[in-house]
Amino acid sequence: MTYTPHTDEQVKQMLDVIGLEKESDLFSSVPSELQVHGIDLPKGLDEFSTFEKFKTLAAKNVTNKTIFMGGGYYDHIVPSAVDALAGRSEFYTSYTPYQAEASQGTLQVLYEYQSMICELSGMDVSNASMYDGASALAESALMAVRISRKRNKILIDGGINPTYIKVVETYLSFRDIEFEIIDVENFKTNRQAVLDKIDESVAGYLFQNPNFFGTMDDFTAIIEKLHEHKALAVISAYPISLGLLKDPGSMGADIFCADGQCLGNYMNFGGPSFGMIATKEKYIRDLPGRIIGRTLDKDQNEIFVLTMQAREQHIRRHRATSNICSNQNLIAVRSTIFMSLLGEEGLENMAKLCFSKATYLKEELSKLDGIEVLNKDDSFNEFVISTPLNSDDLLLKLRDKGFYAGINLTNIDEKLTNKVLVSVTEKRTKEQMDALIAAIGEVL
Amino acid sequence: MSATIQTIFDKSQDGRKGIALPPLDVEVDAKIDSAFLREKKARLPQVSEFDVVRHFTNLSNKNMSIDKNFYPLGSCTMKYNPKIAERVANQDGYLNLHPHVITNNFNADVQGSLETIDMLEKSLCEVTGMSAFTTTPQAGAHGEMLGVMMIDKYHKSKGEKRKYIIVPDSSHGTNPATASMVGYEVITIKSDENGAIDFEAFKEKMSHDVAAVMLTVPNTLGMYNKRIKDLCEVAHAYDALMYYDGANMNAIMGVARPGDIGFDVIHINVHKTFATPHGGGGPGSGPVGVNDKLKPFLPDLGIKKEGDLYEFTKGGENSIGKISPFFGNYGISLRAITYMTVLGSDGMKDASSKAVLNANYLRVRLKDYFDVPFGGMCMHECVLSAKTLAKKGVSAMDIAKYLLDFGLHSPTVYFPLIVKEAIMIEPTETENKETIDYFCDTMINAVKLADENPEEFQHYPKTLGVCRPDDTRAIKELDVKFHSQ
Amino acid sequence: MKKYNEEHEWVEIDGEIATVGISSYAVEQLGDITFIELPEVDSEVSMGDSVAFVESVKAASDIYTPISGEVSEINEALLDEPEVLNQDAQGTFIFKLKVSNTDELDSLMSEDEYKNFVDSL
Repeated sequence: MTYTPHTDEQVKQMLDVIGLEKESDLFSSVPSELQVHGIDLPKGLDEFSTFEKFKTLAAKNVTNKTIFMGGGYYDHIVPSAVDALAGRSEFYTSYTPYQAEASQGTLQVLYEYQSMICELSGMDVSNASMYDGASALAESALMAVRISRKRNKILIDGGINPTYIKVVETYLSFRDIEFEIIDVENFKTNRQAVLDKIDESVAGYLFQNPNFFGTMDDFTAIIEKLHEHKALAVISAYPISLGLLKDPGSMGADIFCADGQCLGNYMNFGGPSFGMIATKEKYIRDLPGRIIGRTLDKDQNEIFVLTMQAREQHIRRHRATSNICSNQNLIAVRSTIFMSLLGEEGLENMAKLCFSKATYLKEELSKLDGIEVLNKDDSFNEFVISTPLNSDDLLLKLRDKGFYAGINLTNIDEKLTNKVLVSVTEKRTKEQMDALIAAIGEVL
Repeated sequence: MSATIQTIFDKSQDGRKGIALPPLDVEVDAKIDSAFLREKKARLPQVSEFDVVRHFTNLSNKNMSIDKNFYPLGSCTMKYNPKIAERVANQDGYLNLHPHVITNNFNADVQGSLETIDMLEKSLCEVTGMSAFTTTPQAGAHGEMLGVMMIDKYHKSKGEKRKYIIVPDSSHGTNPATASMVGYEVITIKSDENGAIDFEAFKEKMSHDVAAVMLTVPNTLGMYNKRIKDLCEVAHAYDALMYYDGANMNAIMGVARPGDIGFDVIHINVHKTFATPHGGGGPGSGPVGVNDKLKPFLPDLGIKKEGDLYEFTKGGENSIGKISPFFGNYGISLRAITYMTVLGSDGMKDASSKAVLNANYLRVRLKDYFDVPFGGMCMHECVLSAKTLAKKGVSAMDIAKYLLDFGLHSPTVYFPLIVKEAIMIEPTETENKETIDYFCDTMINAVKLADENPEEFQHYPKTLGVCRPDDTRAIKELDVKFHSQ
Repeated sequence: MKKYNEEHEWVEIDGEIATVGISSYAVEQLGDITFIELPEVDSEVSMGDSVAFVESVKAASDIYTPISGEVSEINEALLDEPEVLNQDAQGTFIFKLKVSNTDELDSLMSEDEYKNFVDSL
């Protein structure tokens, strides 16, 4: 099935106008020895046969397990209005808003998005999205180095999502930037070890709250010392938790980043999601990505525009703050709609639900013989359990009983033997949690 | 049209609810240490679901979009986004997969998705002539970064630390920006009188200090460089690698393959060539293909088939690491392989052929009304110039704004940088002759108006409710978020 | 008597002090200037070095020094009001240098030569 509308008659007319005899003459500039004679792929299909093919494949995927896995990606609610609105082709088939007058819809949504991210994070200015939480953290590290001008060292807290750490390491290893990871102790930031490492060579310190293991912490002392030494505090936070937990702005953080999948988006096997990045007003010139601003047009009407474009690749080229061009716009639009539905009360209630339900599960799990919740007292809606069984074994058996009970931490760090990361969202019912408890009881 | 705008925040009413959450069905004493709590709520707007639907529906109506308007942005390939891709991608079996099944090694639970990734990788290899693909980069620029990282590691693995990346002066801004992100300095080579990278200047700058050359084929002027194979040979003689920026793949899909031409590493913009929706600026996806030289450096996560089952693979010891947590924008990859399946080998060839037909037809209809910096046949896009019009006081920007009133989105203007008052037009293959004729007629009317009444242009667009933003004021009086009164 | 380089910077010598700015052509090409970064006082610069940076709404450009020397003064007023350059580029200095070698001036263009150069662009 081809989507070209040309009739034979029209092709002939157009070739005549151009002055060519046959269609293949269009490629006369391509040397004949380089032209392929057909690609070795099946011929096109009608959309119905295509759908059957991909429906059969979808059926080979399993989506009927009750999910207690987190690790940066969560089984949160996705309201139907989000799908309905983001599914409008005026949103999804539009383009980057380079012509402001033709894109006021997208531009206003992004302005509202930026505003909401600033409310969530307590920062002054947000951009219009990055690829995901991991690359947003990597770009935040590069931003800290840029701002510090002459420093080139980044401290990385070991409590950050290990996949994010790998991405940050990859980005930094191709530049003259030194990085050091400071291991957690009992799934919590080793505060003294971090304090000891802060000096004039450090451009920034990256940390996550709650951290990958779900532990909440108070970073005041660390941020104070960072600022004394003119280093930057870069936090990766879990947006839903910000319904209850201290916002990065109030902490004194300099750069905030996060992953937005949790805000009204499907997990989609890991993507597309989107990344957030926000900062203090004085650092706006060093922010990567697109920024939307509000101004007036020639008749004094309010109008939204892309602004501060001189930071970006299409103008600044090799000196740009980042090479980013396409971002994750549509997913950020989804989250703007989601946050509008939620409202300030909704966000707080959603965070409370997650925390309360997780508290219930932590308590019930603690009653099981052999299971220990290792960070019970200071974890938010994710926590680490230790099990008497090999974690691989336990998770496979629970999967057979209908549960993705958690993330196997041994696969992330072989020193974490028999440890599993469990997460609870507002979608988990008491019934589901009780069923999980019963299943674990059976397996042990 | 009102002069002030109502944001969703302006519509907020204290106590209004937009959503009912699942109930709290457990009884617990859930306390968090007050030191961890925020003091003030995040002031998200308090509106009803209906308020939200009305607000965003009305906003969507203010957008131009492919489904409504001709969108001939050069270098962006704004072709029709087939709805079958949405139907496929929105199935529960794809939407609700948790990526950490990868961490737990539950490959048996995601065989369907792994097969779609395999199909995409293999199809891309076949179309481009490369030996392996990774679908992890989340955009073209992300793919460029991955490609240059692999090139860097290739040289380092041979004990070399090279300094430079060569780009033509007509290159897209992401190319030099990418080079800097990976720690390289950029050497820019000027274009010759035919719009191609100057071969002699290129040879002069080539050395063992050059890690790679980044090129687009056809180039950003829409022209196929006949000496491209020679360029590859010169570079390879110094073991510099050739990087293909796939932004213009729509011109040669099914006709020529970057791997055959001599490129070592390429990225494809699936949101351009393979019709995944642009989403207002993203998400896209930029899968990267390599030949055997760069296979050892591919990123950390891959797949392979063992017997009947697909398994996850880790990167080799020389892998550059990770640039995305899992398989990148999987949902977008799925749409791309759906499109490739519908199109098939015959459809791909037809697509590029009609893309080049449309662009040349448009070029011939307009060449007598605008300056044509580089004459002769173009490929899937053509670059005109408003240089002469500018002398009458009508710039490329004025033409761009004029078109908006006629339901036509503007072409790209002021790119590539080497053409003054550039207007880059890419119609794509999915536009019919009637639309292209309407566009050409409107462009010709614009030229006539420029002759008769050039001052009129500053009033365009007249019908969109807003006209000519004050960009300077936007920077000097920065307003990037809502402030409640 | 101003002398110009191909990057559109001008320089005027008075004794051992060189005053440097950018041409009105450059400013016209840039559009409304919104930001400028100035060199550090006392820093040593060589002819052709990128020593300052200017941003407008639609462009960003390095400012290259047309002559070698030691930065003796910078026009700090531009930091708050870079748009002054749009109003009077030819009459607004960006920085001053203490120069040791005026021979470098010989390789620069005179006012007339620069005018011809701009016309050819």
